[in-house]
Order: sequence, then structure tokens, then C-alpha cells
Amino acid sequence: MTEQLVPLAILFTSLAIAPFILMLPERAVGLRTGINLTAAVVKLALVVWLTYGVINGQTFAAQLTVLPGLDFILRIDALSVLFLALSALLWLLTTIYAIGYLEAGQHRSRFFGFFSLCVAATVGIAMSGNLFTFLIFFEVLTLATYPLVVHRGTADALRAGRIYLAYTLGGGIALTLGVVWLHTLTGAFVFTPQGVLGVLPETHAATLKVIFALLIAGVGVKAALVPFHTWLPVSMVAPAPVSALLHAVAVVKAGAFGIMRIVYDVYGVEATQSLNLALPLAAAAAATILYGSFRALTQDDLKSRLAFSTVSQVSYIALGVALISPVAATGGLVHLIHQGIMKITLFLCAGNFAEGYGIKKISQMNGLGKLMPVSMAFFTIAALGMIGVPPLAGFVSKWYLGAGALDAGQPWVILILLGSSALNAAYFLPILYRAWFLPVSDQTADPVRPIGWMLLAPPAATAMLVICAGIFANAPFSPLSWTHFIVSLEYQ
Amino acid sequence: MTSEFLGLDPKTVLLMGPLLAGTLCLLVPRISALVGLLGTITSVGGAVGLLAAVANDGPITTQLAGWTPPLGIALYADGLSVFMIAMTALIGAAVGLFSVGAWGMFATANDTATRLSGRTYFWPLWMMLLAGLNALYLTTDIFNLFVTLEIIGLTAVALTALAGSRTSLHAALRYLIMGLVGSLLILLGVDYLYSAFGRVDMSGLHVGEAPVPATIALLIVLAGLAIKAAVFPLHFWMPDAHSSATAPASAILSALVVKAALYMAMRLWLILAPDTQALPVLFGMMGAGAILFGSFQAFRTRRLKMLVAYSTVAQVGLITLVFATTGTIDAETAWRGAVYLMLAHAIAKAAMFLAAGRLIDELGHDRIAGLRRLPNSAKPAAFAFGIAAVSLIGLPPSAGFVGKWLLLEGMITGQIWVLVAVVMLSTVLSTAYMMRVVGRFLRREATPTDQSDASGYWRLGDGVAIGLALGALFLGLGSAQPLALIEIGMPMPAAALTETAVPELTDGADS
Amino acid sequence: MTPDIIYAFTGIGLIGMGLYRLAVSTQALWQIVAVNVISVGVGSILIASAYRGSGTAADPVPQAFVLTGIVVLVATTAAALCLVRRIDELADTDDI
Repeated sequence: MTEQLVPLAILFTSLAIAPFILMLPERAVGLRTGINLTAAVVKLALVVWLTYGVINGQTFAAQLTVLPGLDFILRIDALSVLFLALSALLWLLTTIYAIGYLEAGQHRSRFFGFFSLCVAATVGIAMSGNLFTFLIFFEVLTLATYPLVVHRGTADALRAGRIYLAYTLGGGIALTLGVVWLHTLTGAFVFTPQGVLGVLPETHAATLKVIFALLIAGVGVKAALVPFHTWLPVSMVAPAPVSALLHAVAVVKAGAFGIMRIVYDVYGVEATQSLNLALPLAAAAAATILYGSFRALTQDDLKSRLAFSTVSQVSYIALGVALISPVAATGGLVHLIHQGIMKITLFLCAGNFAEGYGIKKISQMNGLGKLMPVSMAFFTIAALGMIGVPPLAGFVSKWYLGAGALDAGQPWVILILLGSSALNAAYFLPILYRAWFLPVSDQTADPVRPIGWMLLAPPAATAMLVICAGIFANAPFSPLSWTHFIVSLEYQ
Repeated sequence: MTSEFLGLDPKTVLLMGPLLAGTLCLLVPRISALVGLLGTITSVGGAVGLLAAVANDGPITTQLAGWTPPLGIALYADGLSVFMIAMTALIGAAVGLFSVGAWGMFATANDTATRLSGRTYFWPLWMMLLAGLNALYLTTDIFNLFVTLEIIGLTAVALTALAGSRTSLHAALRYLIMGLVGSLLILLGVDYLYSAFGRVDMSGLHVGEAPVPATIALLIVLAGLAIKAAVFPLHFWMPDAHSSATAPASAILSALVVKAALYMAMRLWLILAPDTQALPVLFGMMGAGAILFGSFQAFRTRRLKMLVAYSTVAQVGLITLVFATTGTIDAETAWRGAVYLMLAHAIAKAAMFLAAGRLIDELGHDRIAGLRRLPNSAKPAAFAFGIAAVSLIGLPPSAGFVGKWLLLEGMITGQIWVLVAVVMLSTVLSTAYMMRVVGRFLRREATPTDQSDASGYWRLGDGVAIGLALGALFLGLGSAQPLALIEIGMPMPAAALTETAVPELTDGADS
Repeated sequence: MTPDIIYAFTGIGLIGMGLYRLAVSTQALWQIVAVNVISVGVGSILIASAYRGSGTAADPVPQAFVLTGIVVLVATTAAALCLVRRIDELADTDDI
């Protein structure tokens, strides 16, 4: 019984509260905050419980027949747990931050309603047991995020919203076509380690390649693979918690997670390789890594620089998946978590800079370390992690990716990784230098508003995680250990 | 469960209930809303009874007055008929509630003229229309098809004219005249079919046996039905009529009346199963044309209700595409998808017209450009409109998504790539024109922070619109039962695939 | 030439004339007359289809169709004329 209830409970802790919050009056701050936090804490507790269950060999699944031969399936496997844990933890932290951030904002009920819906869709994606279910949540995520992107309601925000929808719904159409097409070939299936294609790669090679391209293009839009990345920097007009959500937790991660599912549990590593699909995917990821880093260099707007950094960093995940080596896969999968905690720290701190001193551009950040030492310290930790400085989280990811490249016999990837790390340093270190070593400029010296604990605790927690995930990488239940467990299932 | 409802045959309830209620509405106009609502509820009861009966016992045939076809007239209910009847009852009930919300249940001292005429004339017309729709779904006889379509057509015209404005009267007149041309074509085609087969009951018709004249006859009937279903390029009368009517009438016309003609076209096509290559191509072109033209017009128009009406043109086109899958290997799946799309469109479009009606009530205009500054009282309706849009575009988990999934699956298996592309294009286009409206809802108000809450502004109509919209959204996850229902006794797969398996509609008629 | 052919061609001619007038007229009254002409044409064809050769009784079913058609036509024409009158009334009040 609990096997069915837990996945549903995890979904409904955020899904069921969404309509309720949407209908709350604006002034019911206490009630809204209470519901939000309670639901987030309950979800986190459920995920922890579920993780223990999965370790002890329990299988969690719930399903509903939608069409003859087509089921809506929620099913937990090791990969789901990875994404679930990330989203449940970061949801709680982002919710705390968002409550502090939007203290006097407009349309808070609308914001938090769609925010919950967004998280519901994300955990739905994590728990999807087949492509049909995945597609449903994937599209719900698109729709639920749109009102968040246009939250400010300005002309810019609406333009960004239109671009966001055009890209993601376009991707959704490609994905839908791919999923339906695959369904006509394979019939119904659930995600299975090492794939579900059977003998199809021999009989339908060409069709399967086209379908793979459609599927990857579909999820690639959300994962911001070049050339589908344009929406991501544009969406930066959204409030800081939304940017954090888009970049670290929900949208881009859903895309990256989709790539994992498609390669590992639909096509399987063997078929991906035998159909010659791995190398093009790796090349696309490598191109995205370099392109994103180069574009990040020239951005003066802090959030835009972080956005292009995301474009680049998320493709590490795709790269790890595409290299078809257990070691590289470990690096890619663990980066799902590592990039999440690092990037959310950066965005939350960027939000603090904007709130505290109205600073949105890098050129205004001179001496910020003296004005906002705490936020800046967290920012520094995360930025160093992104560059890959040992012993922080990013180093672990890059180490495994590099070793995996050699393992897979693709030494060119090492060059990509080195180049990208150099670029990471080139766009993060000047920020740190400005903030810590240059004097405060006169215009920025006046604080706009004090930064309360709700805006400091979440980045503090994530910054701690960045350190711990690196130092204690080999501890049981660390992201890395869990990733080893997943990879051992996929590469048997 | 028995097939009886309060001791009555559900079919009798479905036909006589609305007919009696309608007459009573005319005789005692003071209580017409009450009677009409009762008639609607009765119809829901009849639909439930029939549904249970068909689900348990399979298709049901009733011989009227003891005469068997080809001489007598039979009423026949299989899964598809019940599906349509249930859809009609459901949407009818919702629209009925909305009308009570809009025009009140009884006369009050400060009644306006619109409230009064809405309450006095809407109900009898809607009851007659409902009787016509139920009769159409139960008929097995192509001449009764003509008669029921006449009942539907005339009452639909009157519902259009009910708004009383010059625009709506002009639209109603055009609707009436075009509808009559459609009816005459149907009459002519029915006579031709009779000449070809010597009978008018559908079980006796099958084009495979008498190809050329019967195909021409079928084409004439289909042309007439295409006018009534507003299939491009014969849709031109429709946007004016649907957009100028009152909100409940628009919802009924767009959700139900159009579907009735579409249903008949499907049924005749599948039963007659003409052996032709050219017709599917023609239908494909009409469907694609409808999607392109309807979307383009929806994208251009400045009026909210006009946008919703043109979206119907496009959506009918999407459903029409299914005719073009005839003869391909998985046409069966595509047909199921098309039938499901009819339901999805009916619910979502009814929700959308009702929401649009509420928006117009609160705003006092229906200019799309003026939608950016919504008073709090219009927000529930805006919310309903948004959800209905999700379903109309066909995004998951809506019923529209499931319908489109099946349609695509059939087309992909049949390798009709042009149609696959058209379906995809239709998704893109419908998103584009729906975003014109939904995007404006989210624009920031020029007057800052209206922080008072919208909860005090809910009207019955908002609740109905949101209920329907949410129903369409989540129906996708509950598709298994409705889809199983339409399989009961359905001639779809057989007729679409082979030329031989003609369903014997009249069990034991000639024994 | 048998009578049914004459009726049928007359019917086709009437339908053609009616459709033409319907397409080119903007005046409501003209359109209503045009539809009436079309329906007379349809009726003629229906009657022709009932013909079973001289000396044999005509098939009654198409004749029943025609009768129903006439009833529908009368009702529809009446409804259309009502609408036209109502539109004219509204136009008059608009002028004041």
C-alpha cells in the first residue's frame, strides 16, 4: 500500500496545494507561508523516507490506465531518487528565499501557486515511469513556469515569456512527435536500465535515429543545448527565486534528466552506441559547453553571465551521458546535483546583491565584499566550485568527466574540459577580484534594504553543501556514492 | 443496472423529456428556467441510464410502433451514440447552470430586457434543440437524419438571433439560409441514396456494392453536412453567428451543434465506406485549409469571441483530417482520436465561450487589446479561459492531448507524414493565437497594487466555466473508460479497414 | 424523352439559377427567394427519381421526402422573413 501511496503523496504535496494557494487572498501572508513551508518540509521528509525504502529494496510505483496499452506510471528507481532529492531539498530552500524576497511584491498567491505547480511537475518528471508520463509532466512544467517568467508583467517580461514559450512548446512538439512515433514501434514500455529497444536497432535503424533526434531536440530545448538555448538568458528578467528554480532545479534539469532517461532507459547505452548516436550528442554538448562559456565572458549583467554559465554547465551532464563510459557517466550524473547546488547559490546571492544594494551589473560590484561580506562569501564558494577548484563539488564532477573521457577513448574531451575551466575562471575570477579587492564606488554605497535571514539561510545551506559534496564525496549517501550505484545498474 | 430510468426507457426519456419540457416552457414562460433545468437534468438521467445499459448489454435497438426496418423506424444506441448523448447532456447541464446564473431562475422587479428575453426564450429553444440532438444520435435512418438536422438547425438559428442585436440577426439570417441550402443538399443526397439502395435505414447502405451513384449521393450529403459543421471552405456563415450570440447560445452552438453534423458525417462515411482514393485527399486539404485559415483569422481578429469562433473553424479542420486517414493501416486509432477530439473540443470550447461571456460581462467590451486591465471581478473568468486554452491547444494532460496522441499515432503508423506535419502545425498555430489572449491577462495593471482579493467576485458562471475547463484538462487522464465506450458496437475499425464487415444494426429484423 | 428526365433537368436548372442568385445577391429577400427556387429544383429531382416508367405507380417514398421538404421550406421561409422584418425594424429605430 505505501508503495503506491508514497509517490502519489510526493506529487500531491505540491500539486494539491497549488490551486488552494492560487485562490488565497493576497493578504493571507501567514497562511500562505505556512502551507508552503509545511508542504516543502513534508515532501522532503517523504523523499528521505523513500530513499531509505529504495536502499532496502522496496519498489515504489503507482499507475493509472489512460488509454488501452498506455499507462500513466509513477515509479521510483535510483535515478528518480537523485532528481527527487535535488528538487525536494532545493524547493524548500527556494521557498524560504522566495518568501523573504517577495515580501512586498504583487500577485504573491499567483506566484506561489504556480511555483508549487512547477515543483509538482518537476517531481512528476523525476518519478515518471515511462515516456508518456514524462511527456505529460514535461509540458505541465512548461506551462507552470510561464506565469513565473512573466511574473513582473512588464513588456520585457512578456517578451521573455513569449520567447520561453516558443522555444519550450516547440521542443514539446518535437518531443510529442518522437514519443508517439516511438510508441508506434515499441508499444507500451516502462523505463528500463539498458533500454527497451530489443532487436529494433537492427530492423529500424534509420527511424530510430530520427526519433532520437526528435526526442533529444525536445528535451534539449529545456537543457539549453545550443542552438536551443536562446530562451534561457532572455528569461533572466524573472525574479531571482524563479531564475534559481529555472537554472538549478526545475527546467534545465528536467531537460538534462530527460537526456539521461532517453539514453539510459529508453535506448540503452548499447543501442545508443551501435546507432552512432553517442558521438553527435557528445559533440553537441561539447559545443554548448564552449559556446556558453565564451558568451558568459562578455556579459556585464550578472544574471546574464550566470545564465550563459548555466548553458555551459548543464551540458556537462549531457556530455557525461554521451561519452558511454561508466566513469564519465558518474561525472555527468553527479553534476546534476553539483551544478544544482552551486548555481542556486550563485543566483540566490545575485538576488541578494540586487535587493541589498540594487546591484545588477558586474561593473557595479566593486568592493561588494565589504558591503555584503556574507552573501559574497557564499557567492565565492560557489564560483570557485564552478571553476572546479578542489576540494569543492565542481572538482569532483570534472575529475570524473576527464577520467571518463580517457576511459571512453575520447581524449579531445579533456581539451574541452580544460578550455571550459579556463573560461570559467576567466568569467568568475574578475567578479571575485572586483568584489574583494577593489574599493567601494560611491554610487553603490547606500543599501536599498537590509537582507534578512530568509535571504541568507538558503544560500548558506547550499554553499555548505557545495563544500560537503566535495570533501565528503565518498561518504555513504553523498551524491557521488548514489551516482556510483545508478551507474552500476546502467552499465552491467 | 437495468435499462430503465424511473420505470421509463432511457431513449424515451431522452427524446420526450426535453420535448415536453420545451412545450411547457412555452406555455408557462414564468417558470421556464425551472422547467428547462428540470428537462436538462432529466436528459442527464436518461443519458446515464442509456450509458449503463449499453455498457452492460451492448448496442440496443428499439423498433418504433413494432415496424421493423426497412419499413419501420428504429432507434439505435451503440457506444458512439451514447458517447455523444452523454457529452450533450453534460455540456447541456453546465450551460443550463450558467444560464440560471446569467438570467436568474425567476423574474425579479429589476429585470432587464436581456434577462427577461434570455429566460423566456432561451429555455424552450434549448429544450427543442436538445430533443433534436438526442434524436439525431439515436437515429438509424438517413431520412430521420434530415428531419432531426432540421430541428437542430431551426432552433440553433433562433438561439443565434436571441441576442437581439442587428449583428446577431444578420448572422442568424445567413445561418438560416446557408443551413437551408445544406438541408436541401442532404435531402437530395438522401433521395439519391434511396434510389441506389432502395432503403433508408443505414444497415442497408454500403457503397462498396454500388460504387459510382452511391458515392455521388454520399458526396452530396457530406457537402450538406459540411455546411452545417462549418468545414472549411463552407464555414463562412459560422464565425459571425457563433460570436454574436449570447454566451450560453455560443457555447451550445460551438460545442454541440457543430458536432452533431460532424458526427453524422463520420458515421455515414464509416458505414458507407466508399472505395475511393480521391476523397481522402480532398478531406485532408479541407482540414489543412481550415487549420491555416481559421488560425490566421483568429490571429488577426480584434474581437475576443471572434477569436474563439475562428478557433472552432481550425479545430473542426483538425477533426476533419481524420477522413484523410481512410484506407491506411491504423485508421482505427485515428478515428478514435478524432471522436475523442470532438469531446475534448466540445468541453473546452463550451468553457471558453462561457468564460468569454463572463469576461465581456465584467469588462463591458470584447476587444482583445482591452484585456490587459482586468478588474478583479473578471479574474476567475480569465483563469477559466486560460485552462480551456491549454486543453484546446492539446497540451497534456488534457483530453485534447489524448485525442491528438491517438490521431498522430494512427497517422504515423499509416505513414501519412503530410498529415502529421499539419497536426503539429495546428498545435503551433493554436498556441500562437491563444497566447494573444492569455499573455494579456498576465500583463501588469497600470493602476498599481489592487491587493484586494478576487474571492468576493465569484459568480455561478465563473464556477461553471472553470469546472468545464478543469474537466477538459483532467479528462485526459481518465480517457480509458470513454474510449472503451465508443468501441461498443462500433463499426469504425471494420468499415475503415475492410469493405466486408458491415455491422448488422437491426438485430433479428428479418428473422 | 421520358418525363423524369425533363423533371430532373428542370430541377438541375432551377438549382443552378438559385445558387447563382444566392451567390451574387446581398439583399436578404433575394436570397430567400433564391433558396426557394433551389428547393423547388430539389423537389423536381426528387419527383423525377420516383418515376417508375409510364403505367407503373410512382415510388411513394421520394414523394414523402418532397412533402417533408416543402414543410421545412415553408417554416424556414417564414422564420427568415421574420428575421428580415426584425432587422428592418431595428434599422428604422437606428435612423431616429
